[in-house]
Amino acid sequence: MTATSVPHEVPSASGAASVPPWPLIRQILHRSATSLRRIPAAIIPVIVMPIFFTVAFSGTFRGLTELPGYPTDNIYNWMVPYACLQTASFAALASAFSLGRDLETGFYDRLLLAPAPRWTVPTASVLWAMVRALLPLTITLSLGILGGMTFPAGPAAVWWLAVGAFAVAGLGSLWGLGVMYRLQRQSAGGLVQIGLFVVMFLSVGTVPLELQQGWLPYVARWNPLTYILDMARSGFIGTGAWADIWPGLVAIVVSAALLAWWAERGWRRLVP
Amino acid sequence: MTVASAPTRRTHTVRQAAALGRRAVVRFARQPSSWLPATVFPLLLVAVNASAMGGVADIPGVVPPGTTFLMFLLPAAIIQGVMFGGINGGSELATDIQGGFFDRLVASPVSRPAILVGRLSGAVAFGVVQAVFFQVVLWPFGADVVGGPAGRLVLVIVAALLSLGLGSIAAGLAARTGQPEAVQGFFPLIFILLFLSSAFFPVELMSGWYRTLAELNPLTWMVDGMRVQVLEGFSLSAAATSIGVCLGICAVGMLFATQQLRRRLAVAS
Repeated sequence: MTATSVPHEVPSASGAASVPPWPLIRQILHRSATSLRRIPAAIIPVIVMPIFFTVAFSGTFRGLTELPGYPTDNIYNWMVPYACLQTASFAALASAFSLGRDLETGFYDRLLLAPAPRWTVPTASVLWAMVRALLPLTITLSLGILGGMTFPAGPAAVWWLAVGAFAVAGLGSLWGLGVMYRLQRQSAGGLVQIGLFVVMFLSVGTVPLELQQGWLPYVARWNPLTYILDMARSGFIGTGAWADIWPGLVAIVVSAALLAWWAERGWRRLVP
Repeated sequence: MTVASAPTRRTHTVRQAAALGRRAVVRFARQPSSWLPATVFPLLLVAVNASAMGGVADIPGVVPPGTTFLMFLLPAAIIQGVMFGGINGGSELATDIQGGFFDRLVASPVSRPAILVGRLSGAVAFGVVQAVFFQVVLWPFGADVVGGPAGRLVLVIVAALLSLGLGSIAAGLAARTGQPEAVQGFFPLIFILLFLSSAFFPVELMSGWYRTLAELNPLTWMVDGMRVQVLEGFSLSAAATSIGVCLGICAVGMLFATQQLRRRLAVAS
């Protein structure tokens, strides 16, 4: 009697295959957006940091354009994509901190009990980081335009910049998931931050490979972010040639595969 | 009797401050999460910037002949390390408030100034260690100080005073809010001010309103004074400028910290 009254949608240990994943993803995204709107401490860095990075990079390092061989004489065309990707990585960082908080408070355990496949929960974290990257993209691009940024490749320049920003947010988020699932506390966000900063700094952020000296170009050459940055800048520095784009796409695919594996291995420690 | 008790009370205050300072230093040293970022991040930034922008040294007039961009960046590394340390000192006071240790101190017969002095002496000690550490670590890579021992001493003095100034502002914030997160939130503001100065790039190569802002920033005067010791040689007037800016920050910081601590003590008692 009791058995017949229980709904058949009760999830199995591996997740409820019959329940669609989208409602839960939508709810998690909605919750994240609400938190961002309601907590000033969360929204202020999202707005302030893109402004700071765009102004500081373009203002402080304007003199770099005087270096012989620097690819452009418009510092905004070089620095805005860097500022955009740098702040997109903060979206990943925020997503990781949020995950750490949910793990500490036990809210994550409740999410895992939701009647939907379990993979929807980490997927929503990655998607939220990518959606949130829209904000820094819009802010940095607007400031760049105000500063005198040009678009030699037309709308394609913005397209490839957006692809770069979403990719960095998504990849950074996968890195953050892997760290957080292993350490399961909010303070581990510092480690996520260090990883993101190191990858950003050891790339072609401020000057191209050809102008770097000493040990840095050897490291930057192997850094996938170098190629993602080249792709994001391709429409601002050149005409968006395919030769500047495809290495970036390859870097995204390879990094996504490796970081998804890293996140999945961490996930297995949490949900055997 | 009254005459005899005054120096005794002062001696007690000094002893208590020393004990609390020792606690601050030991606590700091035993938590790598406190000092490791303060050491690694500035080194990483200097190493990357020196390598990425080394070519800037070839632009005429940026650095004196025979010097390098790494030498140009040495003061920036020291200041960044000191910033981390000073703010961490304030953050630790907030942790004491949050954890209840501050209330226990207030309930004990400890001298009130000793609470602040003890905490700040930990920050100053860390600033001195940072200034010496960065000079020693970067020296084999070519970051010499043309000003010799006197120039090096100026860098250490500036680091110590800046630690005291920033540490006291952070301690004031800690006393006001009692939240370590609020104190840590002060860091980006200082970092922005540092970026809007000559710390990472020569002002001569900036332009427009940004350059004007950088030239008016007191941190630029402080950094330039330190840089003269590193790139050109010991200069008393440049040292006085740097130390003067630091003393200004100390005065503002100590006033703020004292006011906020009094306010908290009034609430606690």
